[in-house]
Amino acid sequence: MPEKVLVIGSGPIIIGQAAEFDYSGTQGCLALKEEGLEVVLINNNPATIMTDPEIADSVYCEPLTVESIETIIQQEKPDALLAGLGGQTALNLAVELKEAGVLNKYGVKVLGTSIDSIQQGEDREQFRQVMQETDQPVVESEVITDFEHAKAFASHTGFPVISRPAYTLGGRGGGIAHDEEELETLMKDGLKASPISQVILEKSIAGFKEVEYEVMRDKDGTCISVCNMENVDPVGVHTGDSIVTAPSQTLTDNEYQMLRTAALEIVNSLNVIGGCNVQFALDPKSKQYYIIEVNPRVSRSSALASKATGYPIAKMAAKLALGYRLDELMNPLTGYTYASFEPTLDYVVVKFPRWPFDKFKGANRTLGTKMKATGEVMAIERTLEAAFMKAIDSLDQTLPTFDEETTWEHIKAPTDARFFAVLDLMRQGTSQEEIFRATGFDPFFLNVFQNMLSWEKKLSEDTSPATVKEAKLHGVSDAKLAEITGTPEKDWIGFRNKYEIAPSYKIVDTCAGEFEAETNYVYSTYAGNTEIKPLEAERKALIIGAGPIRIGQGVEFDYSAVKAIESLQSQGYTTIMINNNPETVSTDYETADRLYFEPLKLENILDVAAFEQVDIVFTAFGGQTALNVTEEIENHGYKVAGVPAKVIASLEDREAFYDLLQEIDVPHVPGEMCHSADEARQAADSYQYPLLCRPSYVIGGQGMVVIHSKDELEAALEETEAKHYPLVMDQFITGNEVEVELVSNGKDVFIPGLMAHIEAAGVHSGDSMAVFPAQVKPDVQEKVETYAEQIATHVNYKGIMNIQFLVNGDDVYVLEVNPRSSRTVPIVSKTAAVPLIDWAVRAMVDETSELPSVKPDIPYTAVKFPVFSSHALAELDHKLGANMMSTGEGMYLGKTTEQALAKVFEHLPHPDSAACFHEGKDDDFAKWLSSKEAAVYHNEEDTAEAKQKRVEALKAGITIFSNEATYQAYKESIGYRNKERIALVQPKGNEVMI
Amino acid sequence: MKGVIQLEDGQFFEGEASGEWTSAIEGEVVFYTGMTGYQEVLTDPSYRGQIVVFTYPLIGNYGVSGESSESGEPQVKGAIMWQCSDDDNHYLADQSLAAYMEEQNIPYLTKVDTRELTKAIRTKGTCRASIANEKTAPVPVEAAGQVYEVSQKEKQVYGEGDTHLVLIDFGWKQSILDELLAGGAKVTTLPFRDIADIYDIHPDGIVLSNGPGDPKDVTGYLPQIKEVLDTYPAFGICYGHQVISLAYGADTKKLPFGHRGANHPVKDKKTNYVFITSQNHNYVVTSESLTDTPLEARMIHVNDGSVEGVVHKSKPIFSAQFHPEANPGPQDAAWMIEEFFALVEKKGVTTYA
Repeated sequence: MPEKVLVIGSGPIIIGQAAEFDYSGTQGCLALKEEGLEVVLINNNPATIMTDPEIADSVYCEPLTVESIETIIQQEKPDALLAGLGGQTALNLAVELKEAGVLNKYGVKVLGTSIDSIQQGEDREQFRQVMQETDQPVVESEVITDFEHAKAFASHTGFPVISRPAYTLGGRGGGIAHDEEELETLMKDGLKASPISQVILEKSIAGFKEVEYEVMRDKDGTCISVCNMENVDPVGVHTGDSIVTAPSQTLTDNEYQMLRTAALEIVNSLNVIGGCNVQFALDPKSKQYYIIEVNPRVSRSSALASKATGYPIAKMAAKLALGYRLDELMNPLTGYTYASFEPTLDYVVVKFPRWPFDKFKGANRTLGTKMKATGEVMAIERTLEAAFMKAIDSLDQTLPTFDEETTWEHIKAPTDARFFAVLDLMRQGTSQEEIFRATGFDPFFLNVFQNMLSWEKKLSEDTSPATVKEAKLHGVSDAKLAEITGTPEKDWIGFRNKYEIAPSYKIVDTCAGEFEAETNYVYSTYAGNTEIKPLEAERKALIIGAGPIRIGQGVEFDYSAVKAIESLQSQGYTTIMINNNPETVSTDYETADRLYFEPLKLENILDVAAFEQVDIVFTAFGGQTALNVTEEIENHGYKVAGVPAKVIASLEDREAFYDLLQEIDVPHVPGEMCHSADEARQAADSYQYPLLCRPSYVIGGQGMVVIHSKDELEAALEETEAKHYPLVMDQFITGNEVEVELVSNGKDVFIPGLMAHIEAAGVHSGDSMAVFPAQVKPDVQEKVETYAEQIATHVNYKGIMNIQFLVNGDDVYVLEVNPRSSRTVPIVSKTAAVPLIDWAVRAMVDETSELPSVKPDIPYTAVKFPVFSSHALAELDHKLGANMMSTGEGMYLGKTTEQALAKVFEHLPHPDSAACFHEGKDDDFAKWLSSKEAAVYHNEEDTAEAKQKRVEALKAGITIFSNEATYQAYKESIGYRNKERIALVQPKGNEVMI
Repeated sequence: MKGVIQLEDGQFFEGEASGEWTSAIEGEVVFYTGMTGYQEVLTDPSYRGQIVVFTYPLIGNYGVSGESSESGEPQVKGAIMWQCSDDDNHYLADQSLAAYMEEQNIPYLTKVDTRELTKAIRTKGTCRASIANEKTAPVPVEAAGQVYEVSQKEKQVYGEGDTHLVLIDFGWKQSILDELLAGGAKVTTLPFRDIADIYDIHPDGIVLSNGPGDPKDVTGYLPQIKEVLDTYPAFGICYGHQVISLAYGADTKKLPFGHRGANHPVKDKKTNYVFITSQNHNYVVTSESLTDTPLEARMIHVNDGSVEGVVHKSKPIFSAQFHPEANPGPQDAAWMIEEFFALVEKKGVTTYA
């Protein structure tokens, strides 16, 4: 067994590679440490639990490149590498490291699945070959150069066939042919469109069922299938964008076993050691199936399968990589069965994707083979209807509505709203047959949807306790009851209390009750009795999670929730987590003392709180989602940790907040509170454009815009929902933004340092690059700290808070306060090596808690940079502005700010080279764009042309700069490029050592 | 309509009854943890006379088809489910499960908290239960001799392969026959009571089938069976495995709540290979009773270490407590049937085990 293992993480959150790798990575690292190994981690995502100094022995937030990793290997001298935990990023790096000879040079052994096997799984040609050798069918395809061959191919495979012209952008000239006539036209177009007169013809399997298996295999070839899953959306929509059920619902035993056997054979033939995901397409009318793809690593699906079954795939995969066998590892959830016992479910699971289109109105919502969801939710229940309803409740978003013309548009070319459009059509009486033809949704699922909808009618006619109870069985929430009947939600809470209609709680145990299992993994159901007792504890804390990953509310909130749980546990609290995001560490059943996998609606939170009789509820560590229910929870008689809801309101509600600032004489930007669109128009008239318009109660600056004219104002008002009033119309003042994260116990305030944005004000803090600790003018620093302290002590604040300031010369204005753990907490915590969340929790629960009076001595500077998922949303203009667009963030350390900044840009070419296009200086953008070396495009204009050029550049995979300050930082960084690879220091109380 | 299942110890679970019953339906109650395969379970002769509890809540999603029955008729006494689907959309479905249950007159309950019921069985052990419209206590008699109900009256010949196998009938599953035929055999099914007739058939090998209940129900036939085993290469499946063990002097006992489901890991001691098996048995060969027999335990259950298959030290005989023919459940042990064919085909070679 090795002694020191290098683990590669997956880097910043992007669409397609999100928090699931924090969950898997954390589990994997802990499993290695459990075996007594020293773990060196490289991952430049600071927002994760995985990069917490407690998870690995050394943590490097450094570039995920071969050069960078080689330096770290030189420094740390690991004897093994584990690459299977860090998604495609880590897998690709492992391949590159091997090909560059680095692994051989330093004698680093690859643990788990070998590089050769990885390549066999990933390389299209090698994969096809392996599938042929193992007699597993892949979709037939052929390179075609004339119509005759096309005809022959189609007559062999059968129609429909898909044509993809070679070397064309965006599928130009391609399409689908259902008969020979269509094929002839398609070939004519396709061959013409292709510069080399070639098309690839492929048998179409659109409409096939999409089914996945999560398989584990040990070094001796024992294989088990942990879970299978069936997509509600048939083949054609990426599985990450599909609604998924576990286990499969419409497969016969024979089909289930046929695909399971195939999955095991494939995993065996690839010699996988660890976890592997196999995706199938199954003909709904025959036993014909095809292998779509294989992922020889832990994945989003394996995280989902882990949460769906309770089987810790990543943890077991790490142990298998070390050479353990499945029949010698215990299943930690049962403590009785071995890891070779295949999990079986006695409930159903529905996963629903969370898309960013509520923020990106202009984005292309059509779903296809490219994933667009930023996150997902999962629901567990004992009927499918209830599982679907719970999943929808967990999305935490305003559901799409339709008018007659648009409904079908979401169905014909599937969009994120397809599911809701289908429900809408069914509601209006469209036949299942018609919907089936348009969507390919299995009639079995359509029946389930019909059942769900039937309650809308039934409940509008009958709300007897028996009917309501039956409706609950099918997942009708109190909010839904209110919507159907017009009786407010709170009355339904009373109704349920009166008639004793309450959910039961059952456990996830991997074995359907066959063996006794003391698990702490719980879900609610109305189907059956409660099988658990409330936890016996002196002090019980309920921590509300943040729900699905979305833009503005990412994995960093999960970090806070997990750290809060740790802190509470260390103080003798029994902790209860409620959350619905299957990708996260907080929903690892090993994190809290008990995990409730539930929607984060008030109903679900109150039900859990009532069942457990919790002593205190934490709403400060689950982003805006948790914070928004503070008042209601308090109204229902529960103690909310920290400050009362009215204090939070005085900080969140802009009007109250401005009053508060005036009271304590802290300056804010001139502005006015507007309770209606009319008030907004009046306010706008009394100021000079530009104005900054900020709605209330939003995540990630949603709806926040800089307004330059009356027209823009009207457009913004159009977009603003009623619940986001009042909105603030501020004078837009130029300047620089500074943020602080502070912990306050009401008396003392601890500010570890200032974070300064690189970009000027107007760019959302989530999209700015920022430096911590920042060097600002002493008098500015003093003002910032004084104002921060004034605000915190004035409201007797207990807990953690983020304050954003605008600095204009020597003037400092308060922009906003987030009275909760914020996005930048993990960055500040890790860089300053101070346990901010722990201190915050102590301040919230312990009257006698104290805070250090000295600032930490930080031996380096960190630069945080936003990461955008332009690969998935290339049609969006990513010009930086008030509305947040980034999906994740990265962090680098440097001995100086310049050195840290240089790392952000070290993968880019020199700005003076031909790889960079400078508007005004260079010409022929189109020619440059098609050149091989094109890499960097700088354009800050607001014109339609500029926007289009930025989009074109993004589509071509070019890095764009749309802000002067970012661009300057890049230019200046060239002189500071360096090879320093710095590990995060471990926190040691208030002292920080190098 | 209300329905209740009551266990021997008085515990009861309420649900909805599939019909109005004049008298209680009684049987041994067992649970099945597989998520698919309800039709195979309902028609498997090994479940003869039992009341089966399905732990997966949604039963019947893909209807009932002509190709999934393990025998010509339903074998269970009754079924307990959370939900019994009336969906018949699967392309192979001839009818929905709900329609099938009604047509075949299988009494069942729905909306029962099957998880609680399963836990009660797990705690209490396999026991008698009654299904009725009102709470009714089951009569505490141990059922016996189900094997005599399911073993057919006459021998039958199937297929035309070169290798001739006799399937000794203790209540064989269709899938066993299908696998043997698929392997290229001609198969004669022979009721165990007529086992002496085997000498007129001159087979190349024999397969002892699955079957319901206690293997000691056939104690009277053991000497004859041993003689036959001494004569032909043999493979025993489930009940057949237990019979082989008893015939050579080993003992069987009843497990607290049996092994049922599609997820049981078994280790082959010969190769150290671990694979997932489909299981359905109440009785088990005791490991210590093998000591003074010519048999050795070759297959071991990974979780509880119980005997999952034996091999004869000198004769071409081996067995599986689980179901290598699958249906329902994983096909990971299909290689054992291939191994048996190989064994039969190299008849005469005497180095085994």
